[in-house]
Amino acid sequence: MPFTAKSGKFNASINTVTVGTGDKAIKIGGENVLPLYSFDAAIENAPKVGIEITDFGMENEPECVKKYYEGCTTVADMVKKAATFEGVDFISFRMEGGDPNGANKSTEELVAMLKEVAEATDLPLVVCGSKNVEKDSELLVKAAEAVQGKNALILAAKEENYKAVGAAAGLAYNQVVGAESSVDINLAKQLNVLMTQLGVNAGSVVMNVGTAAAGYGYEYVASTMQRIKAAALSQNDAQLQMPIITPVASEVWGTKEATQAEADTPEWGDQEKRGIDMEVETAAADLACGSNAVILKHPVSVATISKLIKELV
Amino acid sequence: MALKGLDIFKLSPKKNCKECGSPTCMAFCMKVAQGAVDISACPYFSEDAKAQLSEATAPPMKTVKVGAGDAELTLGGETVMDRHEKTYVSKTRYAVALCNCMDDATIDAKIAEIPKVDYERIGERMFVEAIYVNYAADGQSDYVELVKKAAALNRVLILGCTDASVAKAALAVCKDCKPVLNGATAANYADMNAVATEAGVVLGVSGADMNEIYDTVKALEGLGNKNLVVDTTGATVKETFANTVQLRKAAIKDNDRSCGYPSIVNLVKVAKDDMHLQAALAAVLTIKYGSIVVMQEMTYAEALPLYGLRQNIFTDPQKPMRVEPGIYPLNGADENSICLTTVDFALTYFLVSGELERSGVPVNLIISDAGGLSVLTAWAAGKLSSSSIEKFWKEQDIEGKVKNRKLIIPGKVAVLKGEIEAKLPGWEVIIAPKEAVQLVKFLKDMQANGEA
Repeated sequence: MPFTAKSGKFNASINTVTVGTGDKAIKIGGENVLPLYSFDAAIENAPKVGIEITDFGMENEPECVKKYYEGCTTVADMVKKAATFEGVDFISFRMEGGDPNGANKSTEELVAMLKEVAEATDLPLVVCGSKNVEKDSELLVKAAEAVQGKNALILAAKEENYKAVGAAAGLAYNQVVGAESSVDINLAKQLNVLMTQLGVNAGSVVMNVGTAAAGYGYEYVASTMQRIKAAALSQNDAQLQMPIITPVASEVWGTKEATQAEADTPEWGDQEKRGIDMEVETAAADLACGSNAVILKHPVSVATISKLIKELV
Repeated sequence: MALKGLDIFKLSPKKNCKECGSPTCMAFCMKVAQGAVDISACPYFSEDAKAQLSEATAPPMKTVKVGAGDAELTLGGETVMDRHEKTYVSKTRYAVALCNCMDDATIDAKIAEIPKVDYERIGERMFVEAIYVNYAADGQSDYVELVKKAAALNRVLILGCTDASVAKAALAVCKDCKPVLNGATAANYADMNAVATEAGVVLGVSGADMNEIYDTVKALEGLGNKNLVVDTTGATVKETFANTVQLRKAAIKDNDRSCGYPSIVNLVKVAKDDMHLQAALAAVLTIKYGSIVVMQEMTYAEALPLYGLRQNIFTDPQKPMRVEPGIYPLNGADENSICLTTVDFALTYFLVSGELERSGVPVNLIISDAGGLSVLTAWAAGKLSSSSIEKFWKEQDIEGKVKNRKLIIPGKVAVLKGEIEAKLPGWEVIIAPKEAVQLVKFLKDMQANGEA
């Protein structure tokens, strides 16, 4: 008697969102099965992998990442270099220097840099803000304007600034809008509702439902993503059918596992390998729980996750 | 599983004799349906009815115990697909592979390597819990000797061996430590079954695809052996993932008892020598249904995120993860360093301690007992108050352990400042920012002003 697996294909599906333009444009989402279940039905678009570069250029990068960008002097150089790494589907530019509690760089300075980044690559672009809601409501608006025509993903509008960011990115400048909530299915849904009420097309919204590094409260991330995918597919909840993007790099490279020098904890061994595995394992978990795209930092992590996706999908 | 009380009632003797402790047969049947009492509590159920019911009321997935003594592990017994439905029962276990195809030097090096990863994280010991000893017919070293060496590590052994006579010889030296014999296939299951049953060990079933595995499991069940695990490793990563998920799905969702066994996934077979890919796959299989995941090696690089992930995934969603209350000196803090207090909710602890470490400022992080709740919830529930802090200070003799008299409290409970100062005379209470991310700047500023 043969083994009969029941198909887990759903009638509903995740929205397909295109980011970028031309040949290099990527499509994320579109599947009608649970994450990575390619045995249930073909997965429309395989999850995508992006690489993160910040406005600090080489300055704040871990040593093990710097060596891959040897010879780069500007952020634009780094972007060009990053585009050559194996498995990179898109570039993510994080303007973390805009944070008023940090370097507090001006919007003009950051937007000028963003323009250089946009000119340096034809890969799809994800534009990340400073994590400060007030600053972002100005910074991301200007950023959306600066990369008009690029069909970039602006990451992200939050509940506190969705009107400014959502309207600029989604309505005025026709970009893809990122909707960021913090690890809760209801908050994620509420923001999507607000965003669509504002007039943003549901087909150009991508969610960042929040994340954590593996071991740091990851159970909330796992259950939030899994519940969102279950509601989107089995209950056909249109307000949760937006694909999910997860910034992994900014979360994992600050953890002890990645930052503690080998000299301080010799038994832990090679610091670079620890950083990569922290990034790779967190990203793999994100994909298994429902992320349609992940943003990573280390080129080896990018290549590994890209290979994982090819093997699974 | 989905048996209703009424279905059971139809088969009951309907005597209302009360001998089972329930007032009526109906009440008894309802309890049985909920799993509150066992059907055997009724002396009058016919054997036929009992057999019929015990089959239907048995859990969808077998619980299998492997290993002996303090190395014993429980596998399987799962009842749900996702952790938000109900707590997962048995966590994923990680094994490192050895093979008699390796030369002696490699084997010795690996055996010396395995015990190195051994640490504690939030009250849980993290180490390599199992060793997979693979048999290759053209191997260069003696398999039985290898099994002996591996057994000396006192971990659960998994013998990956499809040769019944070799397996028998290996079991002769290790059967008391209750290894798994992972070696039954469509071709040899009858012989392997005899070897495994005789030694009283769990038998692992593998096959070219799920059909073959399923048929072999059925055949073994026909021989009366249900002490099984299923090796879901396929020819490719994709097949392996598909097999593992489909086995679990058939067991839980379709209630197919012949799929209700724990899984073994051997990553060495599908991602040999690519340790980063193995790390990624181990994470995927921790979330998606691997009972035992076999890897080529386990260093701290793979282990730290993986065991952390597992600890997260296998927590009870209704019970928050807690850290042990006490004083945690960070960044080389000593008794003269400033104090900062927060609750024992693990997520809060990790966020706060992570930011404190990033600040580089020496701080004594004092975690008080707040029932594992977050700051605001604990405050609302009365578990974080000036009295709880006063009590904790006395219990832990904080004043005897720390000389500094500055205490930073969470910004969200700024209202407690006055009360705490009243209850802890001599202490200056400082209010932290509301969000943990702001702590770095806050502490650096304090340090720059000579306050910390």
